[in-house]
Amino acid sequence: MLQVRRSPKVYDVVVVGSGAGGGTVAHVLTAMGIEVALLEAGPTLNPARDFKEHMWPYQVDHRGAGEGGAWYFGRQQWGYFNAPNGYWEIEGEPYTTAPDTSFRWFRSRILGGRTNHYGRISLRFADYDFKPYSTDGLGSDWPITYEELAPYYDKAEAFIGVSGTKEGIRSAPDGVFQPPPPPRVHEILVKKACDKLRIPCIPARMAILTRPLHGRVACHYCGQCGRGCITASNYSSSQVQIFPALKTGKLTLITEAMVRELIADSEARVTAVSYIDKRSRSERQIRCRTVVLAASACESARILLNSRSPRFPNGLANSSGVVGRFLTDTVGFSLTGHIPALEGLPRHDCDGFGGMHMYIPWWLWDKKNKEFPRGYHIEIGGGFGMPGIGSFHGACRRHEGYGRALKEAIRREYGSFVHLAGRGEMIPNEYTYCEIDPNVVDRWGIPVLRFHFRWSEHELKMVEHMRQTFTEIIETMGGKVVSADRGISTGGTIIHELGTIRMGDDPKSSALNRYCQAHDVKNLFVADAAPFVSNPDKNPTLTINALAWRTAEHLAEELRKGNV
Amino acid sequence: MSEDFSRRQILQQAALGAFAGVLSAEAAQHVHHAVAQEKRAAGGAYKPKYFNAHEWRTLVRLTDLIIPPDEHSPGAAAAGAPEFIDLLCNQNAQLAAIYTGGLAWLDREAVRRHGKQFADATPEEQTALLDLIAYRKNDSPELGPGIRFFEWARKMTVDAYYTSKVGIANLGYKGNVGMTEFKIPEEAVRYALKRSPFGAD
Repeated sequence: MLQVRRSPKVYDVVVVGSGAGGGTVAHVLTAMGIEVALLEAGPTLNPARDFKEHMWPYQVDHRGAGEGGAWYFGRQQWGYFNAPNGYWEIEGEPYTTAPDTSFRWFRSRILGGRTNHYGRISLRFADYDFKPYSTDGLGSDWPITYEELAPYYDKAEAFIGVSGTKEGIRSAPDGVFQPPPPPRVHEILVKKACDKLRIPCIPARMAILTRPLHGRVACHYCGQCGRGCITASNYSSSQVQIFPALKTGKLTLITEAMVRELIADSEARVTAVSYIDKRSRSERQIRCRTVVLAASACESARILLNSRSPRFPNGLANSSGVVGRFLTDTVGFSLTGHIPALEGLPRHDCDGFGGMHMYIPWWLWDKKNKEFPRGYHIEIGGGFGMPGIGSFHGACRRHEGYGRALKEAIRREYGSFVHLAGRGEMIPNEYTYCEIDPNVVDRWGIPVLRFHFRWSEHELKMVEHMRQTFTEIIETMGGKVVSADRGISTGGTIIHELGTIRMGDDPKSSALNRYCQAHDVKNLFVADAAPFVSNPDKNPTLTINALAWRTAEHLAEELRKGNV
Repeated sequence: MSEDFSRRQILQQAALGAFAGVLSAEAAQHVHHAVAQEKRAAGGAYKPKYFNAHEWRTLVRLTDLIIPPDEHSPGAAAAGAPEFIDLLCNQNAQLAAIYTGGLAWLDREAVRRHGKQFADATPEEQTALLDLIAYRKNDSPELGPGIRFFEWARKMTVDAYYTSKVGIANLGYKGNVGMTEFKIPEEAVRYALKRSPFGAD
């Protein structure tokens, strides 16, 4: 019989995953003195070694195109200079898609997960976002209200540091903000166009410090947040939550630990987490009083679905059958305009934040009879970015030719483009879900996910509205659209997949209660985006932080009372 | 000169680290390593890793026709575009076939039209041929392979040029230095507003 190594120690809490959710739980619980073991499927992170911040493209001989120019053949997984270990495909860890389904699943395998590179856009959900069914009869309401989550948005923002301004706009609730940086030139023009069109355009809410906070220094405005920030001036769970939590002595970090399943006893309590130690390719078990899944929405669902036993034939915490269901991603559509007013703009350093300084929150939330339900926000790009591989392929396509004329056109147009990216709400539908593929296991022997994904008419109509609106904004700036996405984004590619272990008051239609605690398994909690009941047009990370904070406090209280 | 520039880079990065409060030994090592690579590339005449001498001469000429030197800055050959293409071709047989095939096509067309291989043709003869293959509107069974190849040569030359020091200087990119407070020059704002439909306030 195979010998499985079991930890002699029983940890109060075992957290699976170290991104926004796992990092927040580890931080909150260790600060209360609770002993936590954190399992991460990838290696640890060393920012000084792993981040390529401030590197010039000519400091590597392939200039960022990758070995053999992989970028040119669509074979580069992730920007060469970006923060490490983000993958669309992981060798030996596949997933499958149903026939006729396009879906791409992005995964990070490193301490801090996707928070090392993410866009740092930090938007609260609006009050009405928690009541979608009550508003338009589609989807389901959340079991909690904005007012219940608001104190945790406050805590999360105050702790991670978010810049922004109080605006009093219902679709974009105000928060605890540091002052934002001023707008760039192209952002001033977008704002002027929006004023004319009666569309709000306000300082972006970004998890980037403009003032020192808790020993972290303010941003130095190099524009490279996506490469990872050596000074931790933006939020990443690795640098802002996990490294400090390690210093408390209460956190045990176990890396290269690929969780296979949760082991439950006859009383429906998780007693241990089974994982593969990737270094030795052997199974280990870590014993726990409670477990928090924060492996990312689909990975957490996969773990539950793979935790099958005679008592739980559909997987753990899945008597409702909802685990894997209600999967959504954000609706994405982008368009680029050329703005003649910006041609020949006096050169200056406008790197700023790695991302926008201004954005456009949804503005038609109270308009009835629009062609589609729900809404979207618009992200703004442009300016004199550091040139890289591909920066001028658009110019090559538009101008063709060569020689002096091409060189002059590229120089003249540099910095004169505005990119608008729509990020909209997808409503869960019955055709979109993930399940265990009965035929495929990964290199660790763990059954993999199979995805089903379909956009509905709602989302397709929304994209048409985006296309019209973006064109109007560009033209109001005196510009001309030069390129646009052919249509709606491929499912998964906005990397906002969520909803697969949803919360609710009714155990028949939800897996988790209002505290993200499993209805069926009292000592099991979920702290990533899997509990989300809907996918509003706000990037999910800040809500993961807030909800995970609330879940962690509830868990601590349950531990204290001896309920779990 | 390039050594001076490299030293300046290090200082710049170190200064940035200093005001931000961290530049660990490892980060410094990271910079040194990159600079060492740069120095190696700058030392002595480049020996192509993949292309033969004739192909190399043709490629150097082609990249300089795509992004030529002018009164503002050097051209693509001086910016290391041929070296960039050579390196990647040496690592990727698929890319190498695109280039050896494309360069051979250029030679055959030059011989057919002008009785000389591309690199030996006059500048006028060279540009006459490029004028045919630099535009999709000329696509035909006769020119198709040349047009396809030129798209590759153009985009990779442009990439190499504008990711080089001279290309970045040509664009006038001022960033990657860090600031203590983010500010935009007033004159830039006025310039754009004046030229926009909104007008300067």
